[in-house]
Amino acid sequence: MTDAEAQAQHAGLAHQFEDLEQQQDADALGIWIFLVTEIMFFGGLFAAYAIYRWLYFAAFQGGSHILDIRLGAANTIVLLASSLTMALSVRSAQTGNRRALVLFLIATMILGGIFLGVKAYEYNQKFVEHVVPGLDWAPEGQTLGRLAPGGLEHAQIYFFFYFAMTGLHALHMIIGMALLLWLALRARKGSFTPHYFAPVEVVGLYWHFVDIVWIFLFPLLYLIGGRY
Amino acid sequence: MSTATLEPRVRAPRNYLNADYGWKSWLFTLDHKRIALLYLVSISFFFIIGGSFAVLMRIHLVEPGGALVQPETYNKLFTLHGIVMIFFFLIPSIPAVLGNFLVPLMVGARDLAFPRLNLLSWYIYIVGGLFTLYSAIAGGVDTGWTFYTPYSSTYSNTQVTAVAIGVFITGFSSILTGLNFIVTIHKMRAPGLTWFRMPLFLWAMYATSIIMVLGTPVLAITIFLLALEHLFHVGIFSPALGGDPLLFQHLFWFYSHPAVYIMILPAMGVVSEIIACFARKRIFGYKIVAFSSVAIAVLGFLVWGHHMFVTGQSVYAGLIFSLLSFLVAIPSAIKVFNWTSTLYKGSISYEAPMLYAMGFIGLFTMGGLTGLFLASLATDVHLNGTYFIVAHFHYIMVGGAVMGYLGGIHFWWPKISGRKYPNGWAALAAAIIFIGFNLTFFPQFILGYLGMPRRYAFYPAEFQVLNVMSSAGATVLGVGYLIPLVYLIWSMRYGPIAEPNPWGATGLEWKTPSPPPTENFAEIPVVTEEAYAYAPEEAAGD
Amino acid sequence: MSQPIVPQKTYIMVFLGLIGLTILTTGVAFIDLGPLNTVAALAIAFTKMLLVILFFMGVRHSSGLVRIILVAGFFWLALLIAFTTADYRTRSWTPAPDSWSSTAPPTHP
Repeated sequence: MTDAEAQAQHAGLAHQFEDLEQQQDADALGIWIFLVTEIMFFGGLFAAYAIYRWLYFAAFQGGSHILDIRLGAANTIVLLASSLTMALSVRSAQTGNRRALVLFLIATMILGGIFLGVKAYEYNQKFVEHVVPGLDWAPEGQTLGRLAPGGLEHAQIYFFFYFAMTGLHALHMIIGMALLLWLALRARKGSFTPHYFAPVEVVGLYWHFVDIVWIFLFPLLYLIGGRY
Repeated sequence: MSTATLEPRVRAPRNYLNADYGWKSWLFTLDHKRIALLYLVSISFFFIIGGSFAVLMRIHLVEPGGALVQPETYNKLFTLHGIVMIFFFLIPSIPAVLGNFLVPLMVGARDLAFPRLNLLSWYIYIVGGLFTLYSAIAGGVDTGWTFYTPYSSTYSNTQVTAVAIGVFITGFSSILTGLNFIVTIHKMRAPGLTWFRMPLFLWAMYATSIIMVLGTPVLAITIFLLALEHLFHVGIFSPALGGDPLLFQHLFWFYSHPAVYIMILPAMGVVSEIIACFARKRIFGYKIVAFSSVAIAVLGFLVWGHHMFVTGQSVYAGLIFSLLSFLVAIPSAIKVFNWTSTLYKGSISYEAPMLYAMGFIGLFTMGGLTGLFLASLATDVHLNGTYFIVAHFHYIMVGGAVMGYLGGIHFWWPKISGRKYPNGWAALAAAIIFIGFNLTFFPQFILGYLGMPRRYAFYPAEFQVLNVMSSAGATVLGVGYLIPLVYLIWSMRYGPIAEPNPWGATGLEWKTPSPPPTENFAEIPVVTEEAYAYAPEEAAGD
Repeated sequence: MSQPIVPQKTYIMVFLGLIGLTILTTGVAFIDLGPLNTVAALAIAFTKMLLVILFFMGVRHSSGLVRIILVAGFFWLALLIAFTTADYRTRSWTPAPDSWSSTAPPTHP
């Protein structure tokens, strides 16, 4: 390690820690515990969803068929690609490749932006089809019309979950985009070295978690009961 | 003689209190000890607010037809009393005040793992508190602190959304505190401080933090869904759509039952420290007490359905929850036995902290035992929704948690403030609190058994004597709480200067000056002995 | 967090695997497997999640403490779902009225 690197290492050490390794261990533990709180936070929604899906399967199936499965699948791939670029950006920080780090962070942001754009389009479609609980609920014909009496109300519960779950997910993505922007700016200035890139790793873990939530949202919201 | 010699003013040595002056040095501090004091002031403020609601309720209840307010207002009083006391006093109290102050000192570190998150957690708490105060001023909430749907989500036209936002926000304060403690305890223990050399207060903080981190997010999402439903007039708890109000209760109590362990575990940690010190003896069965703290944290997550025995849950689920509720009583009982065994053949002195600790043991035991009556399905059918429940949880939360908090404040006050308080007044206050508490809440056990429902603004005339007794007790209790407020503040200016270890206690926090310097220790200590090395030659078996 | 540097190829292979699983789960949705549709969808989602956790999030190389914390998180969520579901699934298990009757005629001599 050169003197400059040693200085940079010391510059990143907070006063309450004895050495950089303790700080890195603490940071890692901290973000993982935070992710566990996010598991429980989204988990409450998943638990409620599980109950109602079991109770009102037909209505959930009917609601799910209104969603555009191709857009959902394509968006899933977009988000998975963003996880790839995020992992590659962390790797670039590890290897000290500043240019690649910045480029991969920007790529992650672009992919995240595409995802959010598609979601915005999908939300707009829901207004066009009048299946927005509380704001514009006046569904016409199609699959929802074939539900048993009471099914329309249950379908409203399904769409409430659709908006609550994807909305909360989208909110987390927007926060993630802001964090990525902050990272990209800092990376451009050269703040990260192979010995100090904890913020990149921490944001990376957060981003992957948000991706995992979507990995479950896609089948649970878009692929209910099949389309045959 | 007219010439008087002026005594040179003794400059206090540099410590965390005088290290810097001005409001900015307090509001932007990253020092865990200053943040603890910020919390101390804020939760005391909310205790007074929540207590005021209780005073109004007890005044109202001296007459069977109600003496003070309209029933609608009474509903708002008990709701806000519960919300403020639980979320803004009890849950933060020991962890945010004593935990924040002591955890770094006890592990031998210079601060918590994430000082900025610590300060952020206080600001989050304040913002949540402001939303709640707003909701109280803007008309109040009348749903009960339990926010049961569909009343809270569909029918109530009170400030449900505002208070839901307040509680939602404050939950994150809890989460960040727990996260900080877990990381600090795992990663920042001083050399030689193994897990089983840690003071039991640290084990208690660790177990509490596990609950905070795993449970609070579920409350957050539940309150979020409730707010959405109240705001948009549609949601998953609405029976009109086929929603099940009981689902709200499942999600709500999944957090809110473990929450009561958030409130009691820290107090148990405090009691362990106090008993060991004032009996001059190691805690009997240290490892068992440590494990039972974690056991309470884990088992506490498996019993939430006992709040729902009579609301429509399946009988079989009720059976399982009932059985598990009996199980969770066991680690608590183990602790009580261990404390008593510690006292046996100890060299006991009765300073104020010890009085609070002993009061805790007695009152917590009563509260805990009555919990078993409620855990039993058949008796709960009769006792649920009555004052028996009210008495049960006040015995634990006030007789237990608040006494533990006050005991801890009195035990560590010399360390926190650098001053000692007059023990005579402290002992008197402890006695008044004990007497006032029992006078307030024991009649409520009888009232509940006789069938007086809770959350009612009026009651049958034959219950008046017991109600008046309870209200009289509340007055005594209130006086008891005011006395420490006076002498503790007095002591900050006029109390005798405290030495580093006025009680002769073990623990790293006593090896640094009172009050400690900002960096806690001149040099990080190295730990070579077990947690309570009081009287090794008399140590009873472990 | 001193983790070993993972080759780029590994990340790309994992990504391709994830795409494959996404296509698989979408395709399976068009086949009628009855209740197995849900099982298949969840199984595939779990596999994708494991790939992201182990490779993208580096848990393959992380300490035991991190793994315990992760397992604990999922376990707690499972507790919430399991106990809540148990209530709903057993609500209809009301005992038959006859079985509690004390005036029912004895069935054995």
